[in-house]
Amino acid sequence: MSEPSRTALTSYHESVGARLVDFAGWQMPIQYESIMQEHQATRTAVGLFDISHMGRIDFQGSDAASFLETVVTRRVCELSPGLVRYSLICNEEGGILDDVLIYRYDDGDEVPVQLVVNASNRDKILRWLEDHKTNEDVTWTDQTLQTCMIAVQGPRAIEQVSPLLDQLDPGRLKYYTAMPTNVMGQSGLISRTGYTGEDGMEITVANSLGPDVWNVLVESAAKVNGGPSGLGARDTLRLEAAMPLYGHELTESLTPFDVGLGFAVQFARHEFIGKAKLKDAKDRPSRHRIGLRILGKRPAREHYPVLNDELTIGEVTSGTLSPTLQYPIAMASVEGPCPENGARVAVDVRGSQIEAVVTELPFYRRPTT
Amino acid sequence: MNPETLLYAESHEWLHAEDDAVGKVATIGISAFAIEELADIVFINLPDVGTEVNAGQEFGEIESVKAVSDLYAPVSGEIIEVNSSLPDNLETLNQSAYVEGWMIKIRMRDESELAKLMDFAAYQKQCEQ
Repeated sequence: MSEPSRTALTSYHESVGARLVDFAGWQMPIQYESIMQEHQATRTAVGLFDISHMGRIDFQGSDAASFLETVVTRRVCELSPGLVRYSLICNEEGGILDDVLIYRYDDGDEVPVQLVVNASNRDKILRWLEDHKTNEDVTWTDQTLQTCMIAVQGPRAIEQVSPLLDQLDPGRLKYYTAMPTNVMGQSGLISRTGYTGEDGMEITVANSLGPDVWNVLVESAAKVNGGPSGLGARDTLRLEAAMPLYGHELTESLTPFDVGLGFAVQFARHEFIGKAKLKDAKDRPSRHRIGLRILGKRPAREHYPVLNDELTIGEVTSGTLSPTLQYPIAMASVEGPCPENGARVAVDVRGSQIEAVVTELPFYRRPTT
Repeated sequence: MNPETLLYAESHEWLHAEDDAVGKVATIGISAFAIEELADIVFINLPDVGTEVNAGQEFGEIESVKAVSDLYAPVSGEIIEVNSSLPDNLETLNQSAYVEGWMIKIRMRDESELAKLMDFAAYQKQCEQ
């Protein structure tokens, strides 16, 4: 094994004594002080996340959009510039290779399309793109190691980002849109996106600028009782918001329809890898992604069996004690007919059966403003 | 309880042995170091009084937001007392790992097992590694 990669902010994480772990080949902070506190700070004020490990792939060339839409499950050519969309990359069998965000810019831009992929899948997706390259006018560059990506999340996120920008009022950027703009006077990229269930922004800048941006944000976040948050809180936040995580809810043996992500698949007006199989899978998913509220205090964990009338119907894919709701929550993948909300099932927790209630997803929705 | 006078297992349990009329009784908890490492403890499962355990055998489980860990009996014997208020007052572990945070008491079967445990200095060395 080679040494884990460092982000532009790893030195910061070390300097404040964060607990670092090897995550998908990156040395990343799992927590600074307490996952619970970082989670609550993000829900009530603002959390800052180093997400530089996410893969960032820039596409160039006049055929960038038309090439990309042969690989992802939604249309890219007709996306209006400035829009960000969630999509999937599937194999020929319709199995999910990764879930991604597509960033579309003006056709006049040097980079008409950008893809953000999971750290754990970056090498796989880069190989996949290479294997499916056509003769069109398209090239791509992996910008992951050259850039720093910071997520600013929470009800007070936008006001933290504002002082960094001189060309853009971040409050005017709509949800799931993005714009290249100056960040502290240098070129960067801002999007109103996130993986926490809160309002917020994600900022991409050159590595050389990363620590400056981070330090400014840390200082201003502290004034509103927010601050750095690790991957631990990122995981509990996304789980409350029922956002799937690759390798847990999503795998190559599941189609988008097995995990309730049919909305990310568009069949009309574009051809893409896996389309034929997905058309077959559309109306008869083999599995369902469900939410569970575990009765009692004990969290259910990944791979714990889920039972209905003593019969195993599936397993937990992610589980934790919800810091916001203060009871254990889990997502599970189950076979057969989809259990109704409110139905009782059991989870086998290390040999003893614990009762759980099938619950509508997401577990947490941010208050509307 | 003074952590410097306790004995420790490699798996981070502390033990305090005391004589009573019948023999030796060991009070067992987990170290402040382990509690800090676990961080954000959300659940603890303790055994019933009367359970027999062997040294090295699991007697319970402790869960943080991120992970499940087993608790191991440092010595063999019968569990004669359980800190039943602990599961509902998990903050006790952070506040008082060595006094209020005790977990079980074991009536020891074999006093010689104590010699296999670490003293405070040796345990500290293990934690620094």
